[in-house]
Amino acid sequence: MPEKPKIAFYWCASCGGCEESAVDLAEGILGLLDAVEFVLWPVAMDFKKKDVESLADGSITATFLNGAIRTSEHEEMARLLRRKSRILIAYGSCAHQGGIPGLANQFSREEILRGVYDDSPSTNNAEGVRPRSDHREGGFRVTLPDLHNVVRSLDQLVPVDYSLPGCPPTPKLLGEAVRALLAGTLPPRGSVLAPDVALCESCPRKDSKPTDLSYQEFRRPHRVALDPATCFLAQGIVCMGPATRGGCEAPCIGGNMPCTGCFGPTSRARDQGAKALSAIASSVEPTDDAAIDRVLDGIPDPIGTFYRYGLARSILRRKAGLPVDPREAR
Amino acid sequence: MEHRADEPRIGVYVCHCGSNIAGKVRVAAVAEAAALLPGVVVSRDSKYMCSDPGQEMIQQDIREHALNRIVVASCSPLLHEETFRKATERGGLNPYFFQMVNLREHDSWVHEDADAATEKAVDLVRAAVRRVRFHRALEKTEVPVHPDVLVVGGGIAGIHAALTLADAGKRVYLVEREPTIGGHMARFDKTFPTLDCAACILTPKMSSVKAHPNITLWTYSDVTSVSGYVGNFKVVVRRRPRYVREDLCVGCLECIDACVYKEGRVPDEFNAGLGKRKPIYIPFPQATPQVVVVDPASCIRVKTGKCKSTCVEACDRDAIVFDQKEEIREIEVGAIVVATGFETFDAARIPQYGLGVYDDVYTSLQVERMVNSSGPTLGEVRLKNGSTPRSIGIIHCVGSRDQKTNRWCSRVCCMYSLKLAHLLKEHTGAQVYNFYIDIRAAGKGYEEFFDRLREEGVNFIRGRVAEITDWTMTPEEEGRLVIRVEDTLAGFVRRIPVDMVVLAVGLEPAHDAQEVRRVLNIGCSNEGFFMERHPKLAPVETFTEGIFLAGCCQGPKDIPDTVAQAGAAAAAALALVDAGRVELEPNTACVVDEACSGCKTCVALCPYTAISHDRERGKAAVNGALCKGCGTCVAACPSGAIRQNLFEDDQIFGEIEGVLVHA
Repeated sequence: MPEKPKIAFYWCASCGGCEESAVDLAEGILGLLDAVEFVLWPVAMDFKKKDVESLADGSITATFLNGAIRTSEHEEMARLLRRKSRILIAYGSCAHQGGIPGLANQFSREEILRGVYDDSPSTNNAEGVRPRSDHREGGFRVTLPDLHNVVRSLDQLVPVDYSLPGCPPTPKLLGEAVRALLAGTLPPRGSVLAPDVALCESCPRKDSKPTDLSYQEFRRPHRVALDPATCFLAQGIVCMGPATRGGCEAPCIGGNMPCTGCFGPTSRARDQGAKALSAIASSVEPTDDAAIDRVLDGIPDPIGTFYRYGLARSILRRKAGLPVDPREAR
Repeated sequence: MEHRADEPRIGVYVCHCGSNIAGKVRVAAVAEAAALLPGVVVSRDSKYMCSDPGQEMIQQDIREHALNRIVVASCSPLLHEETFRKATERGGLNPYFFQMVNLREHDSWVHEDADAATEKAVDLVRAAVRRVRFHRALEKTEVPVHPDVLVVGGGIAGIHAALTLADAGKRVYLVEREPTIGGHMARFDKTFPTLDCAACILTPKMSSVKAHPNITLWTYSDVTSVSGYVGNFKVVVRRRPRYVREDLCVGCLECIDACVYKEGRVPDEFNAGLGKRKPIYIPFPQATPQVVVVDPASCIRVKTGKCKSTCVEACDRDAIVFDQKEEIREIEVGAIVVATGFETFDAARIPQYGLGVYDDVYTSLQVERMVNSSGPTLGEVRLKNGSTPRSIGIIHCVGSRDQKTNRWCSRVCCMYSLKLAHLLKEHTGAQVYNFYIDIRAAGKGYEEFFDRLREEGVNFIRGRVAEITDWTMTPEEEGRLVIRVEDTLAGFVRRIPVDMVVLAVGLEPAHDAQEVRRVLNIGCSNEGFFMERHPKLAPVETFTEGIFLAGCCQGPKDIPDTVAQAGAAAAAALALVDAGRVELEPNTACVVDEACSGCKTCVALCPYTAISHDRERGKAAVNGALCKGCGTCVAACPSGAIRQNLFEDDQIFGEIEGVLVHA
């Protein structure tokens, strides 16, 4: 019997949702376990870093890495897994584009630490303790990973062979990717393993989208009773569908919530947020500054709205004027 | 020597433009820096790249060095992009493997520091070098041209253009918003400097328009929309109801006599408000068409439906029809001549000049009507109290050359003021004073006319008038208007009492010029006059191909210049429609079909209605013939599914990187 393909599953700056999505394969996961040999899956199995280090370079068939890169540990593990793997897959929005953690790129490292360790209302830290990467006490040495200045997507650190988008990726796309991997029918390297057309194409509300939107105001989904059958944009709700790669099967739309953009841009768009903003701003009805401002006041957090998953990998990347370590600047 | 086809072999040419560029930018240093850039095979500087030797150099280098990309750093693409594309083509390359850098307008003309200007030139050249490698071969397309022409506006410019085109055998639609053609010129009495009667030279041309078999004249009509593209415009014209059938009315004017109003009630627009007219009227005796018109704002029948309608009874041809509705006409034309004219400055905006405050302050246009023998006073110049003025002051530059109102020179006021001075002196024998800043008499016979006026004893006082007041200081000033002015030649402030003041109002864009501009999709200069494509080399063309400008809508000018420009616009339109075919630039957008999600974002944004949404297929499509390459849809397409030739992402990003990355 030929040797089973070796698979690694790893997480960096991640919420754990991507791990859940593997479990969402349901009974399909049993077939997967039969077909492959896991060499690393911290959430489910007991492997150590040294187990991976002991493998020959390139001996892992494929690593599914989720989460963004924001600590020295993430960087170290990502580089290690890259070296050991023939195929590296950026799994989920954070590895693909920086994801929600990428929104931290609006702030400096110091601002973030101050927010978490000093200023947050629930924090009681009278001594001003801050995490340190190297600490000695009572003859013991304790180390912690370093927090980087910039959050990065996986491909901003090491070459990535494929990306599986989504927050999290759907079981259908994961299943298809695994089948293609096992069958050796993966598309050319560099591909995103999802359709390359925006979500609108497959949106169940497509027909209700008018030709001329002419926004008079924007409303926020939690403040209005949303019509369950009409295009969100036609209801004045920002929907990222037009600027977001499809293939998710529109579960948010089905749950009567607008698309927030987790699948990222299509291959032809370089900056999802800029594209969405450009499309929406082009259809704002008023033409004088004050009235335009009133319409845009309906979008109180433009970065969080248009760049919710993609800030780190966008052209903007990071708020201007904040420090970037030279080794992080790529 | 064989070279891989996909490997860029770039030739860079840096132009001195005489001293225009070389006076500020060290062009040899720019060429040397360009030579070191990746892909650059040849880099040269040259005195005049647009000259024959300059163009020949490009062609020779393409052949000798197997160049496949050309960058010329010289002047504006508007001026010479076509020149260098053609040279590239003659050298054997597709002309779109060319990129131009504007070192003149964007660099040497706007910077003082030679080092910085040279550094910027290198940055701009590097941007073009990085961009041009992504250029692709493109082909122009050819479309047929509709032979008919639309002329918008029936003043002397529109009339002359229409007649020129019609005489050349083209079918012309002349659309005029007023009930008659003739425009401002029909309201003038005499014309400078020859003093021939305006009506005598204009009305025969008006009649020719009406009689011409090739001209369809629509007065009291507006162009409401223009769509399509060069050679193939679709135009919608709204014909407002005049409540009189043009095909039946013969202009006997008996209805006007029969109107229930025995006297005129409404200020007469044609006479600049000096006289009154009835609700049913004809603007002036030679109005063309010779058809009366009912003013819906003042006619009792139109307003209330209740009137004895004596006018209807008086018409034995049953031409008056109060149930007339507006008509919408759709026409197709190949070219459009825009001759929508001007408005005169509203002198009430300068309150210290007293228009509307003092009885005997008039605008120049009112005086034109007053001295005209068919005007409201039948040529008599009288003050409000009925007496003849003994002294008259004419104030130049009212709403011209003025930081507070309009900064431009209106070009005609000096000369018409001289003309009015002559006519007023002739009609009244009064002392006439002209208050001027400079006398601008640049035209054939104009300076001589100025000389003649001085010989006639007209007084000229150099200085901008401070105010016109009835606050008197001496018995001599009592009951008269006092003009306060600093006489800048004599060097002191004078008070000159006169009986009558004439304000020589300047020329402004029409109040709705912006709306017209939007309908026609043409550009405007800062002051609001329509923008010509090039101030010297394309003075009647606009940035919208197939649309031409004539007369004062483009800027103030006198009648000779207007007629000359109208002839030029007609010739340009004729050259287009007569050729029968036109080439379209390939800088158009197209939808990448398989990438389009059918989100429809682009459809409503297209200013040229070039994008349609195919409901069946759920995809958008760009009509290449309608697309002007403005890029709106390309920027707005949220999934990057619209591409634009010559403005592809990799080309633009290449250019940006070239500017930002210092080699």
